Amino acid sequence: MRIGVIALQGGFAEHIAAFSRLDIDALPVRLPSQLDGLDGIVIPGGESTAVNRLMREYGLVGPIRELAGQGLPVWGTCAGMVLLAGKASTPANGSLGLMDIEVERNALGRQVDSFESDLSIPTLGDRPFPGVFIRAPLIKTLGDGVEALCRLPNGAVVAASEANRLACSFHPELTDDLRFHEYFLTLSRGDAFTKSSY
Amino acid sequence: MEKGTWKVKTGLAQMLKGGVIMDVVTPEQAKIAEDAGACAVMALERVPADIRADGGVARMADPAIITAIMETVSIPVMAKCRIGHFVEAQVLQSLGVDFLDESEVLTPADESHHIWKHDFRVPFVCGCRDLGEALRRIAEGAAMMRTKGEAGTGNIVEAVRHMRAVQDGIRRVQGLPQEELMWEAKTLGAPLELVIEVHNTGRLPVVNFAAGGIATPADAALMMQLGAEGVFVGSGIFKSGEPVTRAQAIVKATSHYQDPAIVAEVSRGLGSAMAGLDIKTIPQQELLSSRGW
Repeated sequence: MRIGVIALQGGFAEHIAAFSRLDIDALPVRLPSQLDGLDGIVIPGGESTAVNRLMREYGLVGPIRELAGQGLPVWGTCAGMVLLAGKASTPANGSLGLMDIEVERNALGRQVDSFESDLSIPTLGDRPFPGVFIRAPLIKTLGDGVEALCRLPNGAVVAASEANRLACSFHPELTDDLRFHEYFLTLSRGDAFTKSSY
Repeated sequence: MEKGTWKVKTGLAQMLKGGVIMDVVTPEQAKIAEDAGACAVMALERVPADIRADGGVARMADPAIITAIMETVSIPVMAKCRIGHFVEAQVLQSLGVDFLDESEVLTPADESHHIWKHDFRVPFVCGCRDLGEALRRIAEGAAMMRTKGEAGTGNIVEAVRHMRAVQDGIRRVQGLPQEELMWEAKTLGAPLELVIEVHNTGRLPVVNFAAGGIATPADAALMMQLGAEGVFVGSGIFKSGEPVTRAQAIVKATSHYQDPAIVAEVSRGLGSAMAGLDIKTIPQQELLSSRGW
């Protein structure tokens, strides 16, 4: 099992470290040739405008869309979610368009409003998940076939899945809780996530 | 729900990694920086090269400039306050700035004490010349570090010196037997707990960028290969012949710092870099990096 983490800018090392703790090979991806032979792709947090620009410049957008179309699991966290969205407030046309969701960037405010909060994510079991929100985006609308995995107490959607695609506003890679990473791996393996193991 | 935690402060710095933070003095420059792929901008009244040339007392920028830049771009906006000037820091935090740089580029307000940064909800970045200085700032609450380098010179030599000093310090602490850590903490002038953390992890507790003198894509890649996790470019972009191309080139070189072919490609036909300064020609009292301790 090999997971590729887009490593152009942002928190890619943290994702690679989280997968390593699960004994999974995770490799940094900066160029299209590095997408060969992967079982999943993670687009990490960072600045979506910067990552978007570099992904386009180095020809990653087309190949990632193609691989996702063939069924390769893709997970976007924070800026990665913005890039996965079919529609994002800005960059308006810059996203990969891999999920039928509309995302508003920095919807939860500037850095002084960044926060931590325990989240209820039924898919991952009963134990609360530590949510780390940094200048976080929100999912404003979900298309048919998109499942909300997590909502804030006010109802705002902060994690969702659609077939082999996964998106979250927060940063599981900045915590010690590996359940979200484990859940993504079940998509790559094609087997069921067993809550009971947690 | 808890705001302004250590995790969200250091976490924002982690999300800036692999990126370029550019000094800008107008909303137009901020837009150019954002479009070029900057991961954040530093909103200033004057870039360091001009501060150096103008002399006099350099202070926090006019809030009108900072606010105008915040309204123009969607990426994080940083601003500088003077060393020890906690009221400038309060003012900048109230504007909603995303990151504060307690910076030696401005004239210090306090020659003994830096700001107690734990009191703030906004994260701080501070400059350092070696491991001891980095750990002192982190103990005061800095959520991100950068080398001081020698700002406004377009000369990378001091940034290299400071990055090597930090890395040497880390390697040394890592290799020491436990019973020597107390002495090392005393020698470094740094808290024992942080020295122990560096000993155990082999890295600074927060992200460390390079700053001060970066003028070319190769400068940026050099600092990344020396262990920087991202770069600040001050005067190097908007004091150069073709800021747009240079900004894009430095972004690409920072991302692909391990790939000399890409650094070569982006370095082609960039026009003139900013005119540089030999550090040895700068009078001792005008060196910015010796401000703060």
